[in-house]
Amino acid sequence: MEELKLYTYIAVFGTFALYFAIAWWARAGSTSDFYVAGGGITPLQNGMAIGADWMSAASFISMAGMIAFMGYGGSVFLMGWTGGYVLLALLLAPYMRKHGKFTVPEFIFDRYYSKTARVVAVACLIIASLTYIIGQMKGVGVAFSRFLEVDYGIGLGIGMFVVWVYAVLGGMKGITYTQIAQYVVMIFAYTIPAVFISLQLTGNPIPQLGLGSTLADGSGVYLLDKLDMVVTDLGFKEYTTDNLGGTVNMFAYTISLMIGTAGLPHVIMRFFTVPSVQAARASAGYALVCIALLYTVAPAVGAMARLNLMNTIEPVAGQNLEYAERPQWFKDWEKTGLLKYEDKNGDGRIQYTADAKTNEMVKVDRDIMVLANPAIANLPNWVIALVAAGGLAAALSTAAGLLLAISSSISHDLMKGILTPDLSEKNELLAGRVVMTIAIIVSGYLGLNPPGFAAGTVALAFGLAASSIFPALMMGIFSKKMSGTAAVAGMCSGIGITMLYVFQHKGIMFIPGTSFLGDMGPNWFFGISPNAFGAVGALVNFIVAFAVLRVTGPAPAHIQAMVENMRIPGNVSAAHDH
Amino acid sequence: MEENKETYWSENLRLIFICLTIWFIVSFGLGLLLVEPLNEIRLGGYKLGFWFAQQGSIYSFLGLIFWYGAKMNKLDKKYHAEG
Repeated sequence: MEELKLYTYIAVFGTFALYFAIAWWARAGSTSDFYVAGGGITPLQNGMAIGADWMSAASFISMAGMIAFMGYGGSVFLMGWTGGYVLLALLLAPYMRKHGKFTVPEFIFDRYYSKTARVVAVACLIIASLTYIIGQMKGVGVAFSRFLEVDYGIGLGIGMFVVWVYAVLGGMKGITYTQIAQYVVMIFAYTIPAVFISLQLTGNPIPQLGLGSTLADGSGVYLLDKLDMVVTDLGFKEYTTDNLGGTVNMFAYTISLMIGTAGLPHVIMRFFTVPSVQAARASAGYALVCIALLYTVAPAVGAMARLNLMNTIEPVAGQNLEYAERPQWFKDWEKTGLLKYEDKNGDGRIQYTADAKTNEMVKVDRDIMVLANPAIANLPNWVIALVAAGGLAAALSTAAGLLLAISSSISHDLMKGILTPDLSEKNELLAGRVVMTIAIIVSGYLGLNPPGFAAGTVALAFGLAASSIFPALMMGIFSKKMSGTAAVAGMCSGIGITMLYVFQHKGIMFIPGTSFLGDMGPNWFFGISPNAFGAVGALVNFIVAFAVLRVTGPAPAHIQAMVENMRIPGNVSAAHDH
Repeated sequence: MEENKETYWSENLRLIFICLTIWFIVSFGLGLLLVEPLNEIRLGGYKLGFWFAQQGSIYSFLGLIFWYGAKMNKLDKKYHAEG
């Protein structure tokens, strides 16, 4: 264990030192540097930065674990979180880049000539981003407490300090270059263990191919067939067909995640950092390459981790592992409370089944799968240390991007745009840094004392982005006539119905006991789970907006001319001060 | 000029329509709605529908974005709309 700890310290603090060095080298001098990195990031660099920005602790730590236990149903995350980039590349990014502003609310303000619209957009952005950050901060705390065995709070404090240094100092410029480094750390940390495990199980070093190969044990059985057999024998649903509450729910869930992805402001604002419209289109492609490298490996990690877990517990059919002989990783995770065993039949062996009465693995937290995976597969200690550094890179890079989105929406949209329009550039920069510091402290506090609604936050963040921001942006570009009044009406009803649905099933502000319809399948609208409801919210947004447009009349001529101009890439200048 | 702008935009819309149709087919079509019949077909150890949902759709998305980018770059040149 001592060797592991040493390696982990080297990996974690070595990468931190690297991030600091980059931040110092790329510190921001102007508001343009601070918000859009001076508009001079190349598409490949931007693609890597978007990858790091986008792939959070949830992608790195949780996703493969969710797939491991959901099987085919986990596909909603794979398709949803990548398909959104097609929408971004085709429907939003090039036009928003052409318009050439700093923030998403600013674009909405210009297009809908309405301060109300801007404030609604800022509110959505802050709620979506803050709820998202809480998850990152928790990820940092968990990674530190598990791997370096320091207190959760201290780990979180170290993480806050690291982000503060490079985000406040460097702004978008510092964050972008740091994120490039974090992407590299993250992708190695994710794929190296996957390659080892794929090689062990199937003899094929490429995990994407290994998942479709036969097992290396000489049986000639395909890995997925074996997995289907093992889990159905124990009463679980078949891995490759388990469909997450039905086709309608999966359909709505996938759409919600796709349009939610395309509507998340911290991702969209990345496209303001490249020099041209063509570069914005290319950036979306490179971003998806960088993301796909991890996302196509994740299903292999999930399936192989599940199989390894099952094989550990029941090495030979009918011969379950004796609890006294459980491996070291089992003991380590028991200490964290994320893995629990209860000897129900008193035979001293571990039974893991789908039946709650006989199942003795009373708790197997999904989030431990990626982190425990290298240890389950007996990989060398340096690989485990690398995974720790990768998990931290994923959490920190996403937190930094979100903090920037929050600080720019407050300092640029609320202060400079609405409250104090005569703010000088120097003071706006200062305000941006102060706001960011406050946002770090608030999110650190929320990470330390997670509010009751933390568990429902993913639904909220994606629901808001899907039901309000994405439709507003898309109509703003593809419907010249769309007016401010109609768009605001659409946004408000989209958010309204999504929030109502989430709250009625999950509790008002997620307070337990206040849900008036209960969190249960039979009450769901067409069987659509609250997490998947953003798609319906977006549909309502579109319908209301076009209905109101018919009644109240189209946008003024100069706005229509602006939209026409947005559609043609010519005469693009770098994102400018104004 | 005005006419050029309009044909540029309608050609762009046509490309977007083609891409989004394929986008829909590979993910919602092959990966979701048609998953059961497709699962009868095997791609090595993968059931085909399962493969589209967890692998194929993502590769298709990649192809789509780069294809659209290349087509649009050509369109920009044709209408001298590069920026």
